Parts: sequence; structure tokens; C-alpha cells
Amino acid sequence: MKLSENITSFKADLHVHTVLSPCGDLEMSPVNIVERALQQGLDILGVADHNSGLQCQVVREVGLERGLTVLCGMEINTREEVHCLAFFPSLDQLEAFGQLIYERLADFPNQPDKFGYQAVVDRNDQILDQPEKLLISAVDMGIEETERSVHEMGGLFIPAHIDRMRNGIIAQLGFIPPDLRCDALEISRHTSRKEILRDHPSLKDYPFIQSSDAHFIEDVGAAFTVFELEKPGLEDIGMALKRQNGRKITSP
Amino acid sequence: MVVSDLVEKFGLDIYSGKEGTGRTVAGGYASDLLSDVMGHAQEGQVWITLQTHKNVMAIASLKDLAAVILVKGNQPDEDAALQSNEEGVPILGTSLQTFEMVGKLYEALREHNIL
Repeated sequence: MKLSENITSFKADLHVHTVLSPCGDLEMSPVNIVERALQQGLDILGVADHNSGLQCQVVREVGLERGLTVLCGMEINTREEVHCLAFFPSLDQLEAFGQLIYERLADFPNQPDKFGYQAVVDRNDQILDQPEKLLISAVDMGIEETERSVHEMGGLFIPAHIDRMRNGIIAQLGFIPPDLRCDALEISRHTSRKEILRDHPSLKDYPFIQSSDAHFIEDVGAAFTVFELEKPGLEDIGMALKRQNGRKITSP
Repeated sequence: MVVSDLVEKFGLDIYSGKEGTGRTVAGGYASDLLSDVMGHAQEGQVWITLQTHKNVMAIASLKDLAAVILVKGNQPDEDAALQSNEEGVPILGTSLQTFEMVGKLYEALREHNIL
């Protein structure tokens, strides 16, 4: 069995929204996102729309053709209004989790003129579906239950933009519950790992990722994580977060 | 004025931490942002919130608050209730929403010259 022989660096932006997020710009189509990601030198892209994974499949297909790895995920807004990223090993698991989330999403309809369009589109930007509920609402699922459900489905659970006052875990909950099983913590493009650890030294043992949280096309890749992996994909990233088998994070 | 006076006056439910109902009430604080409460709530205040997460109890205990009142019929998460019992800081409940509960509490504390 070979170990750590073919490890190379991969540049990943694991938090990008699409036209499915009401706040996502209409330019955030699958083809545009993949093109921009490649221009920015990204190897791995994480699609994380608010409370829905419905746009992942098309982005993944376009990415596959163009040599870009696309992770399938979403950004859940928990009952405590904490934003958390979740990524799943397969589209089936993402879909199952997505259904659970949609059922427990607040029953408040989207009003496109106020919040923006929520469009699932194909590669030619034809609209396939427009979920009725407003996707940026909170889900009636506490953060602990969310974490457990993500892990039960083999996913990775990562509190998003923990430095942000709006919907960051530290602002919402005061501190990170020590028994919450976070696979990593995400920081926004507006800070650095060093800055976070200066303010919160107790977080020093968590793996950190940094992402763009892009809602506009020019922001895709504006922040990124560098992984050392053998293969670009969820399994290797999971190992990197645990520093296993030669996989690791080298930035942030 | 102590916590049990508020329970009686406003018909509050006692979910946990019953031993702490004799704690003295020194004021009130209303916020659902836990970092804000951590930074700004003062000892002896009653905290009014809709958050039910166990961190509510950790912060109430850290700040030595008199009690927590959950609004809109929200009930504490199980681990929050357990910690409340251990620490003797009561978690109370009302069907009122925050605005109404705060108004009533504010009025009562003024009447008793606490504010």
C-alpha cells in the first residue's frame, strides 16, 4: 500500500452561491461559475446555496467536462440562525438531506421582486425549477441535530464564516459548543487565521478553511483553501482536515 | 424582588433550575444574539430570549444572571435544562412574545424601584 506518494496541491473555494440563492446574482449560472473558477486557477469548487442542493448536479456535470472538481453541498441556516456548510459524498445523499431541510424550512414564500429569483437552471440557463419557499429563511433544526444528520449521511459539517457578525456561529451562540463535531471552521475573505486565533485562542486545534462566499461572479476564488491531496474530492479533503495519510491544509 | 415573584406575577412556567427561584432580580436584558448577551448583560438581570440552545444556559451561568425567560412557548433544549438544574439558574417560559414580556417586566421593575 502506497502512502503519500502522489500528493499535490489543490486550490479550493468551497463556498460559492449560484442563481438558486435569492441573493445570488443572475450571472451565477453553472457555466459562468465553472469558467470563472478555472480562470482563477481553482481545482475544486464547493457549491453551497442557502438550504438547497438542487443546483449542484448541473454545476458538477459542467465541471466534470472542464476538469473542475465540484463538491455537492449547501449552506444550512439552523434554528439558531447559524450558517453551516455541509458537503456530501454523493448527489443521492445531498438530495435526501435537501428534502429533510426543505420540509423543515420556514413556510414563507419567496417574493422574487423583494428577495431575488431562486432558479434551478440547466447548462443553457433554462429554468428547470423555482422552489416556492424563501431559501434564506431558518430551518427548524437545531445546530446539534443538523451536525448529527450531516454526519449520519456521511457528510462534512463546517460552520460558515465564523468571523461574521451576521449568522456566524460565534456571534449567534457566543462561543462554539465544545462537543459540536465540526470537521473544520470556515473563515471569510475579510480575515485571516492569525487574526481569528488572536481573538479566539481556544480555536487553535480546529482545522480552518477559507472561502469566498461568492454571490457575484467576480468574487469566485476571491478567497480559497490550499489542500495537499492525492485526489481532489470529498474523501481526500476529509482526510486533509484530519491530517491523515499525508493529506493536509497548507493555507489558510 | 426575587425570581419567584416574577413567576407568580406573570404566570411563568418553570422548566428547570427551580432551586434558583429565590435569586434576586436586579434588572432585565433582551437579546437573541448570544455574543451580545455575553458582552453586555449584567449580573442579576433576567434574560428574555427565544433561543433554546444549551449555550444560553452556559452564558446565563457565566454572567450570573437571575433567570432566563423563554418567549413564545419555546422550551429549553434538554441539555440546557440539565445545566440549569445543576447551576440553579432557572429557565422560565411564557407564551408572550418578547415585546410584551419585556414591557411587563420593565413596568414591574419600575414599580419596585429596581430600575
